[in-house]
Amino acid sequence: MSVRAAMQWLANTEWSVALHESQYAYSIVESIHVWTLCLFVGFAVLLDLRLVGAIFRGVPVSHMARHLLPWTKVGFAVMALSGILLFYAIPLRTYHNAFFRLKAVLLVLAGLNAFVFHRGIYRSVPAWDIGVPAPRPARRAAMFSLMLWAAIVFSGRMIAYNWFDCGKPQAAVINAIAGCSPEDIDPYR
Amino acid sequence: MLLPLFQALEASAIGEAIRNSYWLFPAVEACHLVGLAVIGGAILVVDLRLLGLGLRGHPVSRLARDVQPWVIGSLILMVLSGVPLFLSEAIKCYYSFAFWTKMTALLLAVVFTFTVRRVVALAPEGRFPSAWNRTVAVTSLALWSTVGWGGRWIGFSG
Repeated sequence: MSVRAAMQWLANTEWSVALHESQYAYSIVESIHVWTLCLFVGFAVLLDLRLVGAIFRGVPVSHMARHLLPWTKVGFAVMALSGILLFYAIPLRTYHNAFFRLKAVLLVLAGLNAFVFHRGIYRSVPAWDIGVPAPRPARRAAMFSLMLWAAIVFSGRMIAYNWFDCGKPQAAVINAIAGCSPEDIDPYR
Repeated sequence: MLLPLFQALEASAIGEAIRNSYWLFPAVEACHLVGLAVIGGAILVVDLRLLGLGLRGHPVSRLARDVQPWVIGSLILMVLSGVPLFLSEAIKCYYSFAFWTKMTALLLAVVFTFTVRRVVALAPEGRFPSAWNRTVAVTSLALWSTVGWGGRWIGFSG
């Protein structure tokens, strides 16, 4: 079964249709997704700002990590869960949405950036925990993180629009990015 | 009484420009969301600390003073991006319960944040009983969350 066929199947499951057609459930899930943005991205931004030296200079970086990362993890779990539900409500169209695909790529990059930071320069944090500027690799990771999360918020917001849906008269490269086959027609037109 | 004003605002050049553009509304809206993440984080970190959670071991007053410019800066970004969004659909907002809920909560949240919450958060450790701190934090969280949810539901209404 192709991924597309799997999405088609998912779109026809009872719960997906119910969520899609619900009067309030979809809106509530989306509101949770947006509210948790404050917790998850908001705290990631605070940590990044600390690394670039723009905020909380008196707080050791390790304290920031120890006390804020648990909240960030909870935020991520809620973001992921609500995000999966939003996808589940509209699987086929979202799978072919260029902004969704861009967001997925950016999320992987943000994950890699965090992984490299924690496995790399963060191991030597006792040497630059407080009172000195964070070393260049840490500041670079923070700048990448800030840019990536802003871009992720942007692309996430744009998933709501059908500008590049399959079946629209558009460049072949966009159809390639959205994974459309030539015979696709826009099911929402 | 306010309706003619809202009609005039909807007819404004900025409102017109956003309505006539394919991508302007989403782009401004996305900026509004980025601002939300920043102001949300800056408010939450102090409220959690007032509740005895998050960045424990650091005085609330220090944290509150540090995040202050970020709260004000992102609030300005929120207003600068929010006003054009409003202008593009002022009449819809006039009839939207979510819009009036949000604006009422926003007014209360801003007043509360820059008066009561400011005094309590900037006070030296132990000046106010911790029950006060917790009450202020919960009130702040409730008010700002209502602003956020109200804002999201303007989009769902109508």
